[in-house]
Amino acid sequence: MTGVRVLVGTRKGAFVLTSDAKRRDWTVSGPHFAGWEIYHVKGSPVNPDRIYASQTSGWFGQVIQRSEDGGASWDTVGNDFTYDGVPGEHQWYDGSLRPWAFTRVWHLEPSQHDAETVFAGVEDAALFKSTDGGTAWTELSGLRKHDTGPQWQPGAGGMCLHTVIEHPSDPDRLYVAISAAGAFRSADGGETWQPINKGLRSGEIPDQDSEVGHCVHRIAMHPSNPDVLYMQKHWDVMRSKDGGDSWQEVSGNLPTDFGFPIGVHAHEPETVYVVPIKSDSEHFPPEGKLRVYRSRTGGDEWEALTKGLPQENCYVNVLRDAMAVDSLDECGVYFGTTGGQVYGSADAGDNWAPIVRDLPAVLSVEVQTLP
Amino acid sequence: MSGPVRVVLPAHLRTIARVDGEVQLDVEGAVTQRSVLDALEERYPALKGTIRDQQTQKRRSFVRFFACEDDLSHDEPDAALPDPVAAGTEPFLVVGAMAGG
Repeated sequence: MTGVRVLVGTRKGAFVLTSDAKRRDWTVSGPHFAGWEIYHVKGSPVNPDRIYASQTSGWFGQVIQRSEDGGASWDTVGNDFTYDGVPGEHQWYDGSLRPWAFTRVWHLEPSQHDAETVFAGVEDAALFKSTDGGTAWTELSGLRKHDTGPQWQPGAGGMCLHTVIEHPSDPDRLYVAISAAGAFRSADGGETWQPINKGLRSGEIPDQDSEVGHCVHRIAMHPSNPDVLYMQKHWDVMRSKDGGDSWQEVSGNLPTDFGFPIGVHAHEPETVYVVPIKSDSEHFPPEGKLRVYRSRTGGDEWEALTKGLPQENCYVNVLRDAMAVDSLDECGVYFGTTGGQVYGSADAGDNWAPIVRDLPAVLSVEVQTLP
Repeated sequence: MSGPVRVVLPAHLRTIARVDGEVQLDVEGAVTQRSVLDALEERYPALKGTIRDQQTQKRRSFVRFFACEDDLSHDEPDAALPDPVAAGTEPFLVVGAMAGG
């Protein structure tokens, strides 16, 4: 059956939402791992029946779950995220140095090149890789050991590595983003890294043009045009046309350029989605109106998408991993809110409807398009 | 006299380990926090890292160990557990601390 499977991570469990290609009638399963924080759930692009979940708890630490049957059943896999060597120190909020310490996995990125390979972005910021389906994890420590590492500092949500992007044709080329260190690129499969933050300007750091220290919230790429990257920074929506060598601001006519997620249409590499949030302290939509903004020009010119979304008294947030697109002929767009709603659009954002309204706060949303 | 050591896990860890009710463990040698938890993790590898940090082997901050109405959380991991725990007449309790949430 052609359809979609929406994988939702929340503060108190995971949910799987499934529908046929019409995306009108939904089946909800869950909560899976009830009571645990599920930071991310994502399926393998190579083997969609294989899904990973990051299950975490302030009491009992980190667990990684893996499903081999599309989320119907789950087994624990490896959860030993030991940093390579002596971890070293990074900046703390008060300017003091603090040792790197593992807290949780924010993001799991199953490889698009190999069904057994999966990456994990963790807090405190580091990148881990497994080549056996999540059983054993090895740190790609060239990232954390970059010369700038001691200058990295946590954003308000913790010093997390939250974005991992593989180049669609070159498995050695990787991009990651860290709050609040910035974006980094590797050309050798993660052995060595270079910061790619030229053109970012951040008023929250003393040198606005610093090589690192920028609070990058999300990066997105369209596989047909991998030299173009889109970024939602703390403030500012940015675009790079040269694989991250330089960035230009494309916030254009957005009502506010603060926000967390950014996504790209499945079939139109210049169609981009953001959810503007009022400010760094007021984490809710401006004017209480929940609006997704879409640009069909790779940024700069944005239109508000409002049909089916609450246009009064709405004060939820949409977190960085909580927006995704499907790849059906008419691209579906999905996002989840801290108020527990998951909204979907089956027509590229023109019309929206809630799939579920009353989940725990949504941390992440991913979509699988099923053949 | 010693019998199997009885361990009571909090609900979330029973789910992870896929057990109902108490766990009974045969513990080799001295019955201590370390030997009991080693035996527990050997039987249920999914519990590794959920009670003790995998690197330091220290108790996670929001996990407590109780037995015989005493809080043993701050005892040395190699200290002998109370005789009734070693004998299997009283359980060793792994408890999630009260911490809101």
